[in-house]
Amino acid sequence: MSSVHTPLPDLPPPITNVGVIGWLRQNLFSSWLNSFWTLLAICLIYLTIPPLINWAVIDANWLGDSRASCDANQSGACWVFILARFDQFMYGFYPESEYWRVNLAGILLLSMMAPLFLERFHYKAWLAAAILFVYPMVAYYLFAGGLFGLMDVETSRWGGLMLTLILSGVGIVASLPIGIVLALGRRSKMPIVKSVSIVFIELWRGVPLITVLFMASVMLPLFLPEGTHFDKLLRAMIGIVLFQSAYMAEVVRSGLQAIPRGQYEAAQALGLSYWKSMGLIILPQALKLVIPGIVNTFIALFKDTTLVLIIGLFDLLAMIQAGFVDAKWLGFAIEGYVVAALIYWIFCFSMSRYSQSLEKKLRTGHAG
Amino acid sequence: MKKIHVIASAMAVCTLLSSAVFAGSTLNSVKKKGFVQCGVNTGVPGFATTDDKGNWKGIDVDVCRSVAAAVFGDASKVKYTPLTAKERFTALQSGEIDMLSRNTTWTLTRDSSLGLNFAGVNYYDGQGFLVKKSLGVKSAMEMDGASFCIQAGTTTELNLADYFRANKMSYTPITFDKSAETAQAFDAGRCDALTSDQSQLYALRIQLKDPDSAMVLPEVISKEPLGPVVRQGDDDWFNIVRWSLFAMLNAEEYGVNSENVDQLAATSKDPNVRRLLGLEGIKGKGLGLRDNWAAIIIKQVGNYSESFERNVGLDSPLKISRGLNALWSQGGLQYAPPIR
Repeated sequence: MSSVHTPLPDLPPPITNVGVIGWLRQNLFSSWLNSFWTLLAICLIYLTIPPLINWAVIDANWLGDSRASCDANQSGACWVFILARFDQFMYGFYPESEYWRVNLAGILLLSMMAPLFLERFHYKAWLAAAILFVYPMVAYYLFAGGLFGLMDVETSRWGGLMLTLILSGVGIVASLPIGIVLALGRRSKMPIVKSVSIVFIELWRGVPLITVLFMASVMLPLFLPEGTHFDKLLRAMIGIVLFQSAYMAEVVRSGLQAIPRGQYEAAQALGLSYWKSMGLIILPQALKLVIPGIVNTFIALFKDTTLVLIIGLFDLLAMIQAGFVDAKWLGFAIEGYVVAALIYWIFCFSMSRYSQSLEKKLRTGHAG
Repeated sequence: MKKIHVIASAMAVCTLLSSAVFAGSTLNSVKKKGFVQCGVNTGVPGFATTDDKGNWKGIDVDVCRSVAAAVFGDASKVKYTPLTAKERFTALQSGEIDMLSRNTTWTLTRDSSLGLNFAGVNYYDGQGFLVKKSLGVKSAMEMDGASFCIQAGTTTELNLADYFRANKMSYTPITFDKSAETAQAFDAGRCDALTSDQSQLYALRIQLKDPDSAMVLPEVISKEPLGPVVRQGDDDWFNIVRWSLFAMLNAEEYGVNSENVDQLAATSKDPNVRRLLGLEGIKGKGLGLRDNWAAIIIKQVGNYSESFERNVGLDSPLKISRGLNALWSQGGLQYAPPIR
């Protein structure tokens, strides 16, 4: 008789290797050193997070309309200040009765951009062109007024998050094409184009943005004939765009250099002209490669716009600062800065997530 | 030939732009555009800040408003240009603003080398010290070797250096950019004392966790007369700014305020009051303004005392006492020449 060997069923793994305990042992307490770090981290979290939550939520003051409602309970945050000033943080000194114009411009932009995210929408190129060329004009007249009986609102009254978005929006939209042209120029074989591009890029990249803004706001008016009016916001905007396009040019150039020579040669072999070979073959690949770099520059630009506060433009951060120097709200700087940080983080983080989804969508295996 | 035409017309346009635009006095250009463009601070409690509705408020702002009241009969016809310390003089020199009312200290250098004129003093300030009461210091002379929190980029740093050199004492400066940061550093004990203009010390003091734990030392180590500034060479405009301020001071001296001005204009027999309100005497002729220019200032902006108490004094959170800014007749320095 031959008996078939039947192995016993596997024993369950020791309790210390599976489940929660196993996970903990493997990841947090695998060695003495790791255990030490784990305990230290728990200790730090315990020391910081509960007081933070206490300050920001549990002990915080939400109701009221003056500092008196916060002075009674000083251990918590005073969100009353933020709530009382929130409209100003968003719109700056824009007249309250005209807020709808800003909102309308925002909604318009969002609803124009939404179809771009649809897979099966066929007129993307037209829509994108409309957003880039028609929308800015519409938005400008909505903001500034003067047409169709809209009240004039001069740019000195623009402020808050609205100004931050305008500055960074214009900066992003204008610096990318200028940057691409400069990058192509720098790699061009034509000596004048090449040297002009190099000089431009090195000049603007070589000075700090603060210097550029100071030049725009303090020096420029002295050179212009006395009494000529040159909008301060426009001056700052031009400075930011020129500055950022120099950075953008170098990012794009890094993409151009990463494209193998064979691609250039293949384009030439097909008999494509310079612009066609760039537009159809080289740039689509190069730009896709440098999406992280481009978005990095955009995020930096978005945050750099706060520097306009040194020339007396009231962007989001400056508006918040203006809030807590009002004698009525003196001393609520922490609340203000926390809100500023939160708003900036939300915008920058969503830009970063968008760029990641874009990378995934455009992945063609070319660059691994 | 065509090219020459183009070049010639371009040059003509260029010369026109450079000469014609700025011709004419500030008063005319202000009247033409319909508002006073006034440079103010980007935010100093009590001097120039925005309220919850976005309106500019403050003792410096009131000077702008009084000029608008004098010129237009409407104190609201002002547009404000918030300026940082570094920009303020350029903005005035380049014509971007008509007047600067931005807690600016009147000094010889500024008066003589920048092409500017100081039109008066709307606040006599001076640099002082804020110390923790627990330090037990009663005078700045006891502070040899102490560390000071200072706001960067102002005359404060220089005054402190002068004072300590003159008294052969040593100190450690710790500089900050914003007043909120300075106050927090002081609160956190990063420095023994905080030095700034006295007007600022009171604003910094409310920002401390426990305002009562700190006190302002009696010493004042510098003279900081703050006042409105105009471009040099336009005396008509200079006079208007200067006398708008004097009108507020005179009004306080004669007991005219925004509430009783209408009634006094109708009933007062006091020749001083009647001259101030433009009922007799030179009226508005000297300044090229309407006769009741001062009455409108008082009605819409108030007299100096009202402006002071509302913005920095007892009716404000700052609670600064009049001190040097009391009228000359009450032991202070504020003295306005008579209107007659």
